[in-house]
Amino acid sequence: MATPDRRQWGVWQWLDERIGLADLAKLARKKEVPVHRHSIWYYLGGMTLFLLMVQVTTGILLLLYYRPSAEEAYESVQFLMAEVQFGWLIRSIHSWAANLMIFTLFVHLFSVWLLKAYRPPRELTWLSGMGLLGLALGFGFTGYLLPWNELAYFATKVGTEITGAVPVVGSFLGRLLRGGDEVTGATLTRFYGIHVAILPALTVFLLGLHLFLVQRHGMSVPPNVEGHQAARRVMPFVPNFLLRDLVGWLSALAILAALAAYYPAELGQKADPFASAPVGIKPEWYFMFMFKTLKYLPASILGIEGEIVGVIGFGLGGLFLLLVPFLDRRTARGEPSHLFTMIGIMVIVYMIVLTYLGYTEVATQ
Amino acid sequence: MGVGGTGSLLTLGFLAVVAWPMPAEAQAPPEGCVACHLEIGDDRLVTPAKEFQEDIHAAKGFGCTACHGGDPKAAGMEAMDPAKGYIGKPGRQQVVQVCGRCHSDARFMRQYNPALRVDQVVEYRTSGHGRRLLEAGDTKVATCTSCHRAHTIRPPSDPRSSVHPLKVAETCGACHGDAKYMKGYPVPTDQLEKYRRSVHWKMMSVKGDLSAPTCNDCHGNHGAAPPGVSWVGNVCGQCHTVMAESFAKSRHAKVFAQMGSPGCATCHENHEVTEAGDEMLGLGAAAVCTRCHSSEDRGGKTAAAMREQIDTLRAEYDKAHTILQKAEHAGMEVSQAQFELNEAKNALVKARATMHAFTIEAVKREIEPGLQISAKAYERGVRALEELQFRRKGLAVSVVIILALIGGLVFKIRQLERR
Amino acid sequence: MTEQVLARDASRRKFINWFLATSAGAFFLSVLYPIARYLIPPQAGESTAASVTLPIKLADVKPNSGQIFKFGNRPAILIRTPAGELRAFSAVCTHLNCTVQYRSDLTHIWCACHNGHFDLNGQNIAGPPPRPLDQYVVNVRGEQIVISKGA
Repeated sequence: MATPDRRQWGVWQWLDERIGLADLAKLARKKEVPVHRHSIWYYLGGMTLFLLMVQVTTGILLLLYYRPSAEEAYESVQFLMAEVQFGWLIRSIHSWAANLMIFTLFVHLFSVWLLKAYRPPRELTWLSGMGLLGLALGFGFTGYLLPWNELAYFATKVGTEITGAVPVVGSFLGRLLRGGDEVTGATLTRFYGIHVAILPALTVFLLGLHLFLVQRHGMSVPPNVEGHQAARRVMPFVPNFLLRDLVGWLSALAILAALAAYYPAELGQKADPFASAPVGIKPEWYFMFMFKTLKYLPASILGIEGEIVGVIGFGLGGLFLLLVPFLDRRTARGEPSHLFTMIGIMVIVYMIVLTYLGYTEVATQ
Repeated sequence: MGVGGTGSLLTLGFLAVVAWPMPAEAQAPPEGCVACHLEIGDDRLVTPAKEFQEDIHAAKGFGCTACHGGDPKAAGMEAMDPAKGYIGKPGRQQVVQVCGRCHSDARFMRQYNPALRVDQVVEYRTSGHGRRLLEAGDTKVATCTSCHRAHTIRPPSDPRSSVHPLKVAETCGACHGDAKYMKGYPVPTDQLEKYRRSVHWKMMSVKGDLSAPTCNDCHGNHGAAPPGVSWVGNVCGQCHTVMAESFAKSRHAKVFAQMGSPGCATCHENHEVTEAGDEMLGLGAAAVCTRCHSSEDRGGKTAAAMREQIDTLRAEYDKAHTILQKAEHAGMEVSQAQFELNEAKNALVKARATMHAFTIEAVKREIEPGLQISAKAYERGVRALEELQFRRKGLAVSVVIILALIGGLVFKIRQLERR
Repeated sequence: MTEQVLARDASRRKFINWFLATSAGAFFLSVLYPIARYLIPPQAGESTAASVTLPIKLADVKPNSGQIFKFGNRPAILIRTPAGELRAFSAVCTHLNCTVQYRSDLTHIWCACHNGHFDLNGQNIAGPPPRPLDQYVVNVRGEQIVISKGA
């Protein structure tokens, strides 16, 4: 590395004296990434982070033209798509990168699960990651409404209605979320505030914690790899792993550009609260498995309304997911835990099957 | 108008004048009548007393005696003493007189509803119903209470009223749709059924457009009579003015009149006026022109040519509309072009109206500008799609750059790791 | 390692660095270009369906005349009454969606498609239109005419 001669630079030296660049460089050089047959999964966290950065950038750009009110939201997006140069590109990338980010986030989550990277001492990393997942879903849910088009309006109506099924506090939660009894302009303004201020603030905090913890613990080596290899192979993070990361990021960017050019984000019709719901309203794909489950549940289970059972079920499921590192005692003790591997695979299969059903079944209901 | 009709009415009126003062004063309910009638236990006597409470006349402060006469202050059967003007249930002919006593009196009506017309009785006398009742003494025909009901009279603006636009067809159809009741009259009984299939009823019942015509809009309400065969065009032309104007100037207007053919209804039917479509024009299977014309005669050729004009514009409009929509879905800005294309749609609507002049020139005058507008809009659509191609080229360039950078990175990694 | 191999390695590294720097530069340009263009305010001014500033000067609108303009995606009509008052309505006929026009000879609004007539308040007064035209609010700021949807 060429660090010695770089130290001669005036600027470097000036900054080093003030913020300790040398320490940072030492830290960066010390960071290593284990090399083994599961190394590929290490890229997913970074990929998600990159897509988040794309979201932040395009999101800020969109703010320059977007107007968060029921009267103007749709028109401002229409203006953005039609009149603003490359407005279509920015909006399409924002929409596509959001989907890709949620996708890589899920893959990241399940790779961590199946490789048992959550075992001590990384429980907090898992918890903060789950928090970030929740935030990402919140971003998706609130962002979907912002163009104020027909599809988003009714999807949000259904989505917020489901919160009404939560026992005891349901109707209050629904009101809180909608900013009133119905999905109106007040909801739009509220969702906008959540999407561009509240969620980003929480994300900065949780992401900082997550990255700090990753930095502190280093990359986890899967238990089944750890045992076998006597001599662990590693690769320096800077520059070897980082350059590989860059390759992945650039590929993602090329895919995003292609998606944006060939499948630009559509706008559809302006939302009309008094119109009847269009046929085949669908939530975003990452909510589809939940949506579909609620549809499949019978009207009443053991005397309780089916929807309430479903919502409670998903609540318990979420809680289980959150507590996986604490429930999986065998992994914590360093023993193989086939049970949790099986559960993980079952959850993946369940989500894929229901999402598939949600998209293939004829929309009659 | 028969002098006899007026005479008998006057006789009735005279009797009434003798019987009780005219016109009736509004008096404050509750009345003695209702007290007993509600208790009496016979539905025929209870129902009127009950129903009348929601009648417009009750709301304006009139009581039973306003129509039935008698003395509400007297107890028991005393109240219904003919000497006190009690007339009981008015006969069907008497009804006209009872209602007309107030409703034909402009000075009296002004106190309650100055906007209400006062010529209903005069009109009624000219109607098919009125002439039969008052001249021929036919009591089966409609009189005031047949349509307005006896004790649940409400203004036509009230949706519960039997003469609300949505209810009129049902009210008339109660008799005119009943083949048994109408036996002996030279009138068909399928009008209601046919009307229910018409575009007019669809507009009214589905779209809630209460200005769409129902029975009385063509036949008149109090002057109800069949529109004369020769002047049906005037009735339709009340709303469909452009068509009526074009038609009046056309050769068909004269020929149809000579043939005794009822104008508009010749092609469009009378009660079953279904939505007019392009298929009615020309020489196709659904075309009405073929009833008289064939491809051999001049009229048939004109019909076919007009149809072709309209079809051409429609196809051109659709073509432009489709390409603009495609461009819009691809995220292109074409709202100005779509806005201008509206004019072509206008031209199409206008052409469909002016074809009632039955000349190729008149249709062409509307079609030509429409075709030009469509062509321009189509061209803009093509340009928008070309711009889309340009975007894709831009994408290709940036992908090449990204690939080059990826290639560079891969080389760099290999170079770094060779050592 | 011979001198030759070292020299080849050096030139190879130089080439890779050059290639990397060039493509990275091109990449940044290709990212910055659309962003820069995006930041330039577009010609059309601002977006709103709720209001529009007309490209017509107040002085150019004669009394007893009407003009069609684009309001959102639909046509609207600006009318100056014979008395000089400005009014604006949706120009979409409530009958079959034709575009209405101002008839200075009749001094009211007229739809050519089926002879629908609307008065200067947008009320349907004759012909088939079932409903009045939607009225908009007209504001004059200096020489500019601003049309907006009612509150």
